[in-house]
Amino acid sequence: MQRGSDTDLEAMAKAANPARIRKAPENFLGADEIAAVSNGRRDFLRGAFAAAAALGAGAAAAEESPKGDEMILKPQTWATTLGQPVAATPYGMPSKYEGGLIRRQSPGLTQVAGASVSFMPLQGMFGIITPSGLHFERHHQGWYDIDPNKHRFMINGSTPEFVKKAKVYTLDDLMRFPSVSRMHFIECGANTGMEWGNVAVPTVQYTHGMISCSEYTGIPLRTLLEDCGVDWKKAKFVLAEGGDGSAMTRTIPIELVASGEVIVAYGMNGEMLRPENGYPLRLVVPGVQGVSWVKWLRRIEVGDKPYATKDEAVHYIDLMPDGQHRQYTSIQEAKSVITSPSGGQTLLEKGFYNITGLAWSGRGKIARVDVSFDGGINWVEAKLQTPVLSKCLTRFNVPWNWDGKPAILQSRATDETGYVQPGYRMLREVRGTRSIYHNNAIQSWKVVESGDVGNVQVL
Amino acid sequence: MFRFSKPALAQVVFLAAALAAASPARALDDFGLGRAATPDEVKAWDIDVRPDFAGLPKGSGSVSDGETVWEGKCAVCHGTFGESNKVFSPLIGGVTKDDVKSGHVAALKRPDYPGRTTFMKVATISTLFDYIRRAMPWNAPKSLTNDQVYAVLAYMLNLSEIVPDDFVLNEQTIHDVQKMMPNRDGMTYDHAMWPSAAFSGKKMKPDTHAKVCMKNCKDKVEVASSLPEYALSSHGNIADQNRHVGQVRGQTTGPSAADSAAKKHPAAELADASGCLACHAVDTKLVGPSYRDVAEKYKGQDVSALLFKKVREGGEGAWGDVAMPPMTDIKDDDLKTLVAWILKGAPSK
Ligand code: HEC
Ligand code: HEC
Repeated sequence: MQRGSDTDLEAMAKAANPARIRKAPENFLGADEIAAVSNGRRDFLRGAFAAAAALGAGAAAAEESPKGDEMILKPQTWATTLGQPVAATPYGMPSKYEGGLIRRQSPGLTQVAGASVSFMPLQGMFGIITPSGLHFERHHQGWYDIDPNKHRFMINGSTPEFVKKAKVYTLDDLMRFPSVSRMHFIECGANTGMEWGNVAVPTVQYTHGMISCSEYTGIPLRTLLEDCGVDWKKAKFVLAEGGDGSAMTRTIPIELVASGEVIVAYGMNGEMLRPENGYPLRLVVPGVQGVSWVKWLRRIEVGDKPYATKDEAVHYIDLMPDGQHRQYTSIQEAKSVITSPSGGQTLLEKGFYNITGLAWSGRGKIARVDVSFDGGINWVEAKLQTPVLSKCLTRFNVPWNWDGKPAILQSRATDETGYVQPGYRMLREVRGTRSIYHNNAIQSWKVVESGDVGNVQVL
Repeated sequence: MFRFSKPALAQVVFLAAALAAASPARALDDFGLGRAATPDEVKAWDIDVRPDFAGLPKGSGSVSDGETVWEGKCAVCHGTFGESNKVFSPLIGGVTKDDVKSGHVAALKRPDYPGRTTFMKVATISTLFDYIRRAMPWNAPKSLTNDQVYAVLAYMLNLSEIVPDDFVLNEQTIHDVQKMMPNRDGMTYDHAMWPSAAFSGKKMKPDTHAKVCMKNCKDKVEVASSLPEYALSSHGNIADQNRHVGQVRGQTTGPSAADSAAKKHPAAELADASGCLACHAVDTKLVGPSYRDVAEKYKGQDVSALLFKKVREGGEGAWGDVAMPPMTDIKDDDLKTLVAWILKGAPSK
């Protein structure tokens, strides 16, 4: 397999796809075929794929009009009638054909929807930015749409010596400060947590969907602490607190605050934060697990001791094989996953595919991503798509010509510190299988002859 | 905006403003935004309690007072003995007298031990005080008095067999309790996932050391686990969760969503969309009664208007101490449909 350059990509695309007239079914299956499938004939699909492959081989020509594709030869409604006016949907919505790609819950994972998770549909996403409406959700006590004019943000010291002046800011105040906009990923510490011991869920939405990436706009927390006269010498830890029922609290590393990376954000992807993501104010803590990105942020406290809050003393602690829990595990280490093709999907036929996926690291930029088609024996370097930003998702692509034989696809990320994403064997040797959090093992997708892709774990 | 009420203060402010106006441009990092927080405001919000007990309010509560709080406000979700797995994972259980002595919960070493309760994990009693005060009961957070928090925590410690039946928890005795927490020495900071040496006291390196290998990296591929056949359909029809255009399709792993939606009772959909199912299920009690139980209770009675009002305005007492919040967002017609459906026993079709 060659390295992924653009010319290689084009050459492979040509080889796999010689000009031909071939049925391009709108929904791949016809209405009667769908009926057959929904009547419970699961194996039907395999037959359908075989038929599709046969069409590709040239049998299609007989079935098609010799003149060409109906979609071209016949004028279509959308080309011959008047379309919708402007502002028909004042806040635009995705096409009705995209309805399958939505946030979903994993059945049985939690008991009540108010303290639960919904997963982002990674299997159909492009580039690195997550559409705001698809951002994964994790709430501990339900979510609220808080009136921004009633929201207050307070900064105080655990005792008065840490900040000269405890202050209160309104959104009117905050939105006047000099602002920054930066792109970062947010990943729940429990992402891929269901898979520590064995394969548990079918698709990349459920294995890796507690991640999202957005452009955030706000004020560096450093600026606000300085506005309150913080004593940098005394300050050792910061507590962030939410304004919702859970009043979520987390200890934030002072180093990330002092470096200017931590942002008090009100903007997300060009508009205000969505209510599910903390409208009107949330903390952005790049590289650190999502639970620290406190939503509906109402207060920052500066002190010199950690806080051992519920979500850093009972949860978000990582159980090691010796029975000890690692506490204050925060940074998300380098990780990657192939998003297409991925578990639960099916390749349409032999030939060219663009293997695409995402890589990220809580310690900085992604330096390289390698992809294997044989379960990790041999690897090729993937092409990283720009921009490649610190503590942000990075999209990678690699061309693949599927010969119709079984294959196991893997990706392996390396970040700018030289840290290389581990495999399951290596990760379990140190952490066992019960840690719940921070599973960044290499993901494997097995492709079988039928084209079906499944979730497997390779040692 | 906050305003100074004392005239003397106002004069100082006025003077300072006049001076500022006289001097040339104000420094660009002197934003003049926000205002001082009042002591009462800080007191209202700054309720965190640290492991060193900084922030702990005075107060006290006995095990028996705690039992009352627990049965009235907690047991409905967490179970009579904190053992319930219905709404959240169990709080109580899994710790022994030996753990209280050793400071390490022994069961955590056993891979076969089912589940991990709150008391098996938590090392710091401050964590529970702080959390219960800020967030519990789940549906009425911040409603407990400090004494009630002390009391209910005393009761939970008693259920865990850490303190005796006649124990009183207060801002003094809580220090003794810390020394008995079963997993008090169960935490380690030896890892590289905090960005500084603040906890570990030394520079930590990541715990895995993978290398970039490109050719013949291993002899064989060992598939250790794959998705069992039954789990393929556990997440619905994957074909419906993928695009119907592009380089791949989703596998058909169940009936299509369009199909099952057609079969579902429209009122069941409505209940879901209206958020009722966060607290109610058709045949099991969650936070609120099951809809079957509601239908059973009011069988043959004309209570439509009554229940309409109850759901609209919220309330407690018919099924226990837990209140239903007012459901204000749902439309009149929709609520009528729902009440009628519930009284019919919430049929699925
Ligand atoms: C309406 C249901 C409900 C009631 C009533 C309730 N809780 Fe909870 N409790 C929950 C849920 C749900 C969670 C998990 C919240 C989360 O995910 O962050 C929880 C979490 C907790 C935890 C943390 C457990 C852990 O391991 O993280 C404690 C301690 C707790 N509750 C104590 C109480 C006490 C004490 C009361 C009574 C004063 C109470 N709860 C009443 C639903 C409830
Ligand atoms: C936050 C939790 C919660 C939500 C959301 C909720 N309920 Fe309830 N519901 C309760 C509780 C708790 C009770 C028991 C109240 C009592 O004991 O009087 C209850 C009771 C009821 C009853 C029986 C009332 C009686 O007096 O016997 C009905 C009917 C009902 N709910 C319908 C609904 C409908 C319809 C919705 C959605 C529009 C809904 N509930 C949403 C918690 C909830």
